[in-house]
Amino acid sequence: MRPMSQALKARSIRGLAWLLVAAALAVACGPARAQTDASEKNWPSLRETLFGTRPILDGAAMLSLEAPVRAEDAALVPVAITDLQPGRIKALTLVVDENPAPVAAVFTLSPEARVRFLETRLRVNAYSYIRAIAETEDGALYMVKRYVKASGGCSAPASKNADEALASLGELRLRQFPATDPASEEAELQLQIRHPNLTGMQMDQVTGLYRPAHFVQTIRLSADGKPLMSVEGAISLSENPSLRFKYRPGGAKALAAHVEDTEGKVFEKSWEREGKRDKDS
Amino acid sequence: MPDGDNRGAIANIGFVIGAEGVAVIDTGGSYCDGMGLKAAIRARTALPVTYVINTHVHPDHIFGNAAFAGEGVSFVAHRNLPRALGERGEHGLQSYAEQVGPEAMQGTKIIPPTELVTDTLRLDLGGRALVLIARPAAHTDADLTVFDEATATLWTGDLIFLDHIPVLDGSLKGWLALTAALMQQPAARIVPGHGPPSAPWPEAGEKQLRYLQRLAEDLRGAIRAGKSISEAAAVCGTGEKDGWQLFGAYNSRNALTGFAELEWD
Repeated sequence: MRPMSQALKARSIRGLAWLLVAAALAVACGPARAQTDASEKNWPSLRETLFGTRPILDGAAMLSLEAPVRAEDAALVPVAITDLQPGRIKALTLVVDENPAPVAAVFTLSPEARVRFLETRLRVNAYSYIRAIAETEDGALYMVKRYVKASGGCSAPASKNADEALASLGELRLRQFPATDPASEEAELQLQIRHPNLTGMQMDQVTGLYRPAHFVQTIRLSADGKPLMSVEGAISLSENPSLRFKYRPGGAKALAAHVEDTEGKVFEKSWEREGKRDKDS
Repeated sequence: MPDGDNRGAIANIGFVIGAEGVAVIDTGGSYCDGMGLKAAIRARTALPVTYVINTHVHPDHIFGNAAFAGEGVSFVAHRNLPRALGERGEHGLQSYAEQVGPEAMQGTKIIPPTELVTDTLRLDLGGRALVLIARPAAHTDADLTVFDEATATLWTGDLIFLDHIPVLDGSLKGWLALTAALMQQPAARIVPGHGPPSAPWPEAGEKQLRYLQRLAEDLRGAIRAGKSISEAAAVCGTGEKDGWQLFGAYNSRNALTGFAELEWD
């Protein structure tokens, strides 16, 4: 059984000032108050750190963000950026306001790839806004956001099977989905990376020592040697990071992934592109 | 579900009395829950508690530990429990307090294990032996079973759920295999982690086995069909809804966890 409080319960004790024993750890739930009221208290300083004084426009016409209203599992929250205006966006920043490392990932998109859809999985430590900020080719910023209630106040965003994630560390998989519409010039891929993505916040209860953070830092995907997409990742990406997206492959014949983690380990793999139509080749 | 009324006391907890000492098997969801168990032990015997066995990391099973802390008491757990506690311990204290209220949580703290089970460990209570086995990742990645040879009773911890929907927090494949393997193990009865305090074996494993099988089959189908993890979480396993408590609270979560595992097959 896992802990799971209801919003009602949280509300009943909202008057209590929860001093965050684990503020330094930041694995704690936010104050009970922050869990029932959608708080933007962290955003102004985050915004300044990430984007300075640059204006950020409403992104509704540029992209959408899909995230569950209530996360079933704080360790594994699927988040999708949809309806991206293809070819116009060069970078996407995914932010989880209340996480200890709020910037979950920064995606750099090649305009030719015309990425329209992108899905990944996040750790969400507390009830929090999740934001996607898109930067267009001309340098303008557009933002969309969703408020996510992590399950039951917050079940720990912990690993499920750390032994397995470590044993096959660095294994790369690429799933190539068959096109639902054969006439479509779009293709869909999922890159899976075996990695525990350790947050550095796990204290060994016997030794009292923290296990060092160890996570996937850089992902570079290329098609026929040309950049397709790159990702700067951090500890808010779930164990075994996953990246699923739709793009225009054009005539690409080969796909390759280059992944680096914080220990300097490099994992690489390449694949022949499946489902090429005749006119592609 | 732990709340202010049950004060976190939602799991099956208990003890075994030998000729020289007592072993506690899981301590409950709070210090106060653990003290209740201690009083129940004192009503039965004056022998000292020599072992506290934690079957896994979840708060409802181990947050009563502090009630038993003291000299001469060995806290026994799976080799992976210290790591799991490191990831979840503080977080668990916080979120459990929000669920049951700070009053019920008074005195509750994390007491880490002092003795780890790598494979198998035999504990002698004086003329009565308990056999502890560290299991591979299943319900969690730190599950321990306890077998009392004198009565052929198998304490499964949360490796077997009755009434309460199974909650997957480890490995679906591992749990399926282990449920089937445990059902091959002869025992007069089990003490499941949730549900009635004892149940006939192996019959008591059948419903869980069926649910996990259904969930795995549904997930494999969804993965083959190229469904997204969110789409799969909304539907997989729902055909086995009947007869489980808290199905709505945990099935989608189980499906998410299972999907992220089975997509690697």
